[in-house]
Amino acid sequence: MSGELLVVENLNVAFPGRTSVTQAVRDASFTLGRERLGIVGESGSGKSTTGRAILGLVPRPGIVTATTMSYAGRNLLANTERDWQELRGRRMSMVMQDPKYSLNPVLTVGRQISETCFLHLRTSREDARRRTLRMLEAVQIRDPELVYDLYPHQLSGGMGQRVMIAMMLIAEPDLLIADEPTSALDVTVQNEVLRILDDLVRERGMGLIFISHNLTVVSSFCDRVLIMYAGRIVEQCAARDLQNARHPYTRALVAATPSLDSPRTELATVTRDPAWLQ
Amino acid sequence: MIDIEDLNVTFHSAGRDVRAVQNVSFRVEEGETFGIVGESGSGKSTILRAIAGLVPSASARLEVNGRPAAHRRSRADRRMLQFVFQDPYASLHPRQTVDDILREPLEIHRESAIDERIARAIADVGLLPAHRFRYPHQLSGGQRQRVAIARALILNPPILLLDEPTSALDVSVQAEILNLLARLRQSYSLTSILVSHDLAVVAHLCRRIAIMQLGRLVEIITADDLRSGAVKADYTRRLIAASRGFVRASA
Repeated sequence: MSGELLVVENLNVAFPGRTSVTQAVRDASFTLGRERLGIVGESGSGKSTTGRAILGLVPRPGIVTATTMSYAGRNLLANTERDWQELRGRRMSMVMQDPKYSLNPVLTVGRQISETCFLHLRTSREDARRRTLRMLEAVQIRDPELVYDLYPHQLSGGMGQRVMIAMMLIAEPDLLIADEPTSALDVTVQNEVLRILDDLVRERGMGLIFISHNLTVVSSFCDRVLIMYAGRIVEQCAARDLQNARHPYTRALVAATPSLDSPRTELATVTRDPAWLQ
Repeated sequence: MIDIEDLNVTFHSAGRDVRAVQNVSFRVEEGETFGIVGESGSGKSTILRAIAGLVPSASARLEVNGRPAAHRRSRADRRMLQFVFQDPYASLHPRQTVDDILREPLEIHRESAIDERIARAIADVGLLPAHRFRYPHQLSGGQRQRVAIARALILNPPILLLDEPTSALDVSVQAEILNLLARLRQSYSLTSILVSHDLAVVAHLCRRIAIMQLGRLVEIITADDLRSGAVKADYTRRLIAASRGFVRASA
């Protein structure tokens, strides 16, 4: 199987409430090869929930249904919790938005990263340390030995995000879901983190799902883009064609974004059409 | 309108001094929207706080509306400057209705015709009369930021200080708020300073823009310079390149 790493057909995620059911993702279908796939949309559009569903991380009482959801030919819908634990971290993993909330504040960076080695690779202590240091170096941390013994609060935002990426990549997964990995970072740091992700996709042939609300970043970084609106994928296009997108919602988003290249006196606002949900 | 010369802000913490703002000078003309951009920790928000007298500062000159800003601000000083903060979720009192939030500044400054002015402020920022007795949790992020803007404008201040007013909002909502700010600065004849990390947002609203790095003012450029890349400092060039998106190194 050379082609698709991930195949998703008609993915639905619903959260039953007291009086009604919230449909977070509606009939989403897409595939992922060894490429950079962007998912853009505004808050509440279901982009993060889609990422979580792929990893089996939709919290209770959420209900995930799909006609197909397979990873490297393996049916994810039939996974037991045990199967998930084998896959997650080892074969596929997720980088969250904010390192402040996603790292354990009372463990050193080195311990958190090497934990993955013990769990999935069953390595010795020395080997885990060696791999961890090498991984920290791979994400361009200048002094891995020093950072190994630091606690998360001693790291800057950009360093914290690199530590997160190191932790997610140490078991060398084939699929990485990055949920707004650079949104909390300064622009210059953001591009360094993107470069690291980019190298990993190219060198290891990893598949990357890059979730973001930032159209500039997605259109310059990804190969393909899915645009989500209210749980539905309204358009899929090549990232470089985002400026010439066809769907009215995508076009409205592009027009609403202030741009350095095309100054406007007034920004277009988005008028939502209920027909987009059909 | 605002004249700053050699502004310094130093914080003392845990036995060491952090020089958050160092020797910053600039002038903002009447009716101008002046932009300040920089990365986190560059001191851009601290400048605003120093202008508003919220942090102690030292300077050769700090004039607001033609008068030197005293260390202790009088009530009249305070009403000249109003602030809009980044996070509309954190800057509104959760147990106060929109009406309470807008009423408070009017009562503090002993204004009259309070009810009419609240109704007008609500209409000015594009909210509906029905929103007046809602609590912040019953409003969306964009609506909350509109309330924060209404609160800032209700005293008719000549100067508005905007600290990342759209950073917590979705692009479509950001567009609405930026349009609103552009309209209000006309109708209220405002002089304002807009602080943001987003170069495109600043270039959209401001003609002159200060670039900050690590507490120092790198240079002051125009929005046209920013768009065309006609800048002097390397740092500015790097910042502009970075915010234009990711560039893949040709392999």
